Amino acid sequence: MARTAKQKTSSKKAQPPLGNKERPPEPKRYKASKEELLDFYKQMLLIRRFEERAGQLYGLGLIGGFCHLYIGQEAVAVGLQSAMTVGKDSVITGYRDHGHMLAYGIDPKVIMAELTGREAGISRGKGGSMHMFSVEHGFYGGHGIVGAQVSLGTGLAFKHKYADDGGVNLAYFGDGAANQGQVYESFNMAELWNLPIIYAIENNHYAMGTSVERSASEPDFYKRGESFQIPGIQVDGMDVLAVRGAAEVALEWTRSGKGPIILELKTYRYRGHSMSDPAKYRTREEVDSYKKEKDPIERIKAELEKAGVAEEELKATDKEIKDIMVEAAKFAEETPEPDPSELYTDVLVEEY
Amino acid sequence: MAVMNMIQALNDAHKVAMRADEDIVVFGEDAGYFGGVFRVTEGLQKEFGKERAFDTPISENGIVATAVGMAAYGLKPVIEIQFADYIYPGYDQIVSEVAKMRYRTAGEWTMPMVIRSPYGGGIYGGQTHSQSPESLFTHIAGLKTVIPSTPYDAKGLLLAAIEDPDPVLFFEPKRIYNGPFSGHHDQPVVPWSKRAEAEVPEGHYTVPIGKANVVREGEALTVLAYGTMVHVARAAMEEADVDAEIIDLRTLVPLDIETIEKSVRKTGRCLIVHEAPRTSGFGAELSALVTERCFYHLEAPVERVTGWDTPYPHSYEWTYFPGPARIKTALKKVMAD
Repeated sequence: MARTAKQKTSSKKAQPPLGNKERPPEPKRYKASKEELLDFYKQMLLIRRFEERAGQLYGLGLIGGFCHLYIGQEAVAVGLQSAMTVGKDSVITGYRDHGHMLAYGIDPKVIMAELTGREAGISRGKGGSMHMFSVEHGFYGGHGIVGAQVSLGTGLAFKHKYADDGGVNLAYFGDGAANQGQVYESFNMAELWNLPIIYAIENNHYAMGTSVERSASEPDFYKRGESFQIPGIQVDGMDVLAVRGAAEVALEWTRSGKGPIILELKTYRYRGHSMSDPAKYRTREEVDSYKKEKDPIERIKAELEKAGVAEEELKATDKEIKDIMVEAAKFAEETPEPDPSELYTDVLVEEY
Repeated sequence: MAVMNMIQALNDAHKVAMRADEDIVVFGEDAGYFGGVFRVTEGLQKEFGKERAFDTPISENGIVATAVGMAAYGLKPVIEIQFADYIYPGYDQIVSEVAKMRYRTAGEWTMPMVIRSPYGGGIYGGQTHSQSPESLFTHIAGLKTVIPSTPYDAKGLLLAAIEDPDPVLFFEPKRIYNGPFSGHHDQPVVPWSKRAEAEVPEGHYTVPIGKANVVREGEALTVLAYGTMVHVARAAMEEADVDAEIIDLRTLVPLDIETIEKSVRKTGRCLIVHEAPRTSGFGAELSALVTERCFYHLEAPVERVTGWDTPYPHSYEWTYFPGPARIKTALKKVMAD
């Protein structure tokens, strides 16, 4: 925490007015029912166990190349996407996409099989870890180029408005991607055209190996829309209930035709940027401080305890998720590779 | 002499150049404090300070664009684009500003800059971490394009590129950063330390831009390759026991056409190997030049072994990669009659 504590932060009260535009209300921490708490727990654990298993398969050589794990950031995907409607609201993200897919109810088996490059993978083995899609769910990837998805999400939001389908786009990107020029082109268009889009900036403090303080002149990312008149809210991204509360506000804002909104989710990834990153650019103490004091799964466990759910009662869920992962890993390992002729398909409609 | 892998050789080239010339600045994503994701710029910030070796935000357009201003005003930026696949946001600046500045200003402004970028596949990177975009740059007048294939060449060519008064795209074949590659992905990587090309002189030397390297003399055919494929082609020729003359182009633009022409006139056969897709790949240019200049000396049509006209696949990387099997198939064709 030492490094992040040094970042420039300013009071939210110091925000300048957005012209004559109203601002969204301050989000409240979500009051979840016992069932909802259990569901959040289950979903976050599913993501964490999936990522741990993916890391193991990577170590065994079953997954190659680039693989970016979401461990530590689970509360963001679950908090935001639990408030959304699969198939109606669209989601788009960058390369750290496994958690966002799982939070949208996509089968872990076909995600894992994509990581291992199999025919049964969700992109038929063509995309790999960074490039996965499910139009059925309204999940539009899975994009390997940092920041590219922000503009694509803006286009998805245009379609929601054009079709008047009541849907909203959730476009995820990180603190690193937030410095790409195309993000600001998108902000301008989204506000100009009043598009229903939530720009969710997952600030995990590191753009690959470069900390926010070394890469961002304005480290409070929720303010990055101010000059486009897009309001922003900073959220504790390690607390699923705080995230869900912010999601409620952002969805209300966008669904009621008030245009785009920015959420900055302050979060942390426990692992390196990718599997090949030893993360030497940060201290062990910093990583441990998040794991010990802010872990989103431990925090929901505490909430469950307050709601009268004993840890003993969670064991059935833990077992269920363990079984899902064993099955997903087995499937990803045993299901066949695509036919080599698939190399030539989907480049264009016609083969050439 | 010191024994270095390609990363160490490139790192050493930066240090030698920066010690000699205070106008050189080095920057890129993770390039300062962290020393680059492949460690090529490691230690530069420590030795030369944050003013000369620094991190940038993830803003490829901004990285190239600010380098243009710096170069125009007398600095010599050596910038890193972390993967060649990330270069496209900066492509507008490279094509419209970097390449045309000398021409546009009738020589008043020049662009003494180097754009370094790891490129190529064989590392399971899929479609956004494996591409070979060199022909997108060789097609643009006003740019030089350099691709080393050994630690010795990497250092010497990078120093030559930094000292060059014009802009140089310097693509580094990342598959062979740590050791040459035979194309047999199931065999262990042989480290550079076992190879003579890892003997790198200390201090300053250059390998001239525009001069190819005949890595193996032979009479039976001419093989043209660059980067990783020099080693893959060489291994394939040795396995096939063919008396091939293998030319490492080292520089695509300016191209050492004299060396190529002389060789093909001697052998009468030409096989071109590159990893980039086939259509409009640099092999098409090579094939055209060889045909134009050596037509009456050719015993067989020029053959190309390339990546396919598809995105770089996630599954079947080794089917896409123009490895030993495909080289040998092409070899049979070019050696027929």
